[in-house]
Amino acid sequence: MSAPQTRINVGGTEEAIPNGPGAAAILAAGIGCAAVGILALAADASDAIGKLLNFYNPTGTLSGVTTVAILIWLVSWFALNGMWRMRTVAIGKVNVAAFALLAVGFLLTFPPFMDLLQGK
Amino acid sequence: MEISIRDLVTVLHGMGFGALFMLAFSGALAELYRMSLSSAPQQSGGQGQTLLNIYLVAMVILAWLTVFSGAYIVYPWYRAVPPAGLADLSDYPRRLLLSSGKTSEWHNVGMEWKEHVSWLAPIAMTMVAYVTLKYRNAITRPRNMRRAVLGFATAAFIATGIAGAFGAFLNKYAPVRGGPVIILIEGEK
Repeated sequence: MSAPQTRINVGGTEEAIPNGPGAAAILAAGIGCAAVGILALAADASDAIGKLLNFYNPTGTLSGVTTVAILIWLVSWFALNGMWRMRTVAIGKVNVAAFALLAVGFLLTFPPFMDLLQGK
Repeated sequence: MEISIRDLVTVLHGMGFGALFMLAFSGALAELYRMSLSSAPQQSGGQGQTLLNIYLVAMVILAWLTVFSGAYIVYPWYRAVPPAGLADLSDYPRRLLLSSGKTSEWHNVGMEWKEHVSWLAPIAMTMVAYVTLKYRNAITRPRNMRRAVLGFATAAFIATGIAGAFGAFLNKYAPVRGGPVIILIEGEK
């Protein structure tokens, strides 16, 4: 948590800004991607959840899966940004978590992997 | 020369938004990678930085337009339920694909993956644009931040590629057709 602050050039003068807002955006993006996968799997595995996520009938469960995932992404971004706005955080650890969550998003949207998890 | 409304909107979704977004990746990835090289100039590039900012914001808008037009305009046409007993399923792409074992996996794997994985691209690209705009050329220095930006931009590219490729194949086997017809050019015969 003690990495040096990032310095950016604004109008010819250098300003120091913490990496917290960037880290918040990175981790939130990972959370949002994982949320798409987890919700897609949940809707596929459970009829009850699928019906619950059917926000707009012509689009079906996809409407709820993506709407809720976007809300989770934005809320987590807002919350993390609130916590880290003025802080410099260990971005290496944030990256590991974000990339792991991104991988979850890719894997859980892949139908053969979803079927494998459900024992289909 | 005529085209149906559904054809036109599908082309706008796939080619107008999706393919343009996909094409824009080459420029964005090249510029982000150039910025990440240690030998690249560290000072903010003024006009160059502004151009990159506009470019990335345009990509974010295209990415969101692609997924929203796909999910809320084209997808309902794709998954429409035909009346009972209808033999000609050509206006009902999902049912047409599922009606044969030779094409059903285009839906079960192709469409099911495409409809979800495509949403990773706008989420990832929004983050890439935000971080690049906020930190400007300074993302060249914290190594981990530039890794995240380049990694997520590449992931967005892959997600878009998966969605785009399956979209093109699905449209070959079961195109989304129908609706009012627009006559573009009237031929002599």
